[in-house]
Amino acid sequence: MATILFYILSAVALIATGLCVTCKNAVHAVVYLVHAFFALALIFYLLGAPMVAALEVIIYAGAIMVLFLFIIMMLELAPNEPGKGPGWQRWGPVLLLSFSLLVCTLLLIGVETTTADGVPAYYASPREFGYALFKEYALAIEVVSFQLLFAAVGAFYIGKKDCRKEDKA
Amino acid sequence: MIVPLSHLLIVAGLMFFMGMACVLARRNLIMILIGVEVMINAVGLTLVGASAYWRQLDGQLAVLLLMALTSAEVSISLAMVVHLQRRKRTIVADHYDEMKG
Repeated sequence: MATILFYILSAVALIATGLCVTCKNAVHAVVYLVHAFFALALIFYLLGAPMVAALEVIIYAGAIMVLFLFIIMMLELAPNEPGKGPGWQRWGPVLLLSFSLLVCTLLLIGVETTTADGVPAYYASPREFGYALFKEYALAIEVVSFQLLFAAVGAFYIGKKDCRKEDKA
Repeated sequence: MIVPLSHLLIVAGLMFFMGMACVLARRNLIMILIGVEVMINAVGLTLVGASAYWRQLDGQLAVLLLMALTSAEVSISLAMVVHLQRRKRTIVADHYDEMKG
């Protein structure tokens, strides 16, 4: 059961990624990429990483993709005329992907993740994850926090309006 | 492990090369950044698969560090996209070729 779900979810992720990289409109590409990230999060859950799956949805699909959408809409980078072709051609792929993701999510509730030879599959609970993260990898967490701080400072500096002065001269 | 590691690596590899094709072929800066996102996620899939295969937690922790790296990268590069858009009113990568030798 888990194996079949894995192949279905891989197909959904690959199709969504393929539609994303071939899409003309940037907003449509971001929406397809969110589908790919949801499929990847479910695959992570199947592989015994529930914490990583939750973070994938929260950080990637939630935060980073919304940041992309925000920038695209703020700078008006996407064409805003309605797409050509009949409605089902525009709505079909995204509805199909969403529906298959919904079905996979519902099937995932009752799935038993054991391998073919009866050994229970590897499963790292969020508690183990947190212990390992803040004990063995405490230094890495400090370094990453500095990295995020520097990124915030850098983004603030680059995004300042004063940077335009040197270009106009 | 619910599937052989090779199948998982095939999926991750296909996804990585789709992202790479997006980075190399598209000229829109936003689409180039989306291609980088796809590549980073393929790497994350490989790490989680390796974590499940060897029954070690380190792969999942590496994915967490990868997510932090991606957030930093995306914030900086989107700020640069805003800056470039203000500077030249375009985000097509071919228009930024002043340093062409």
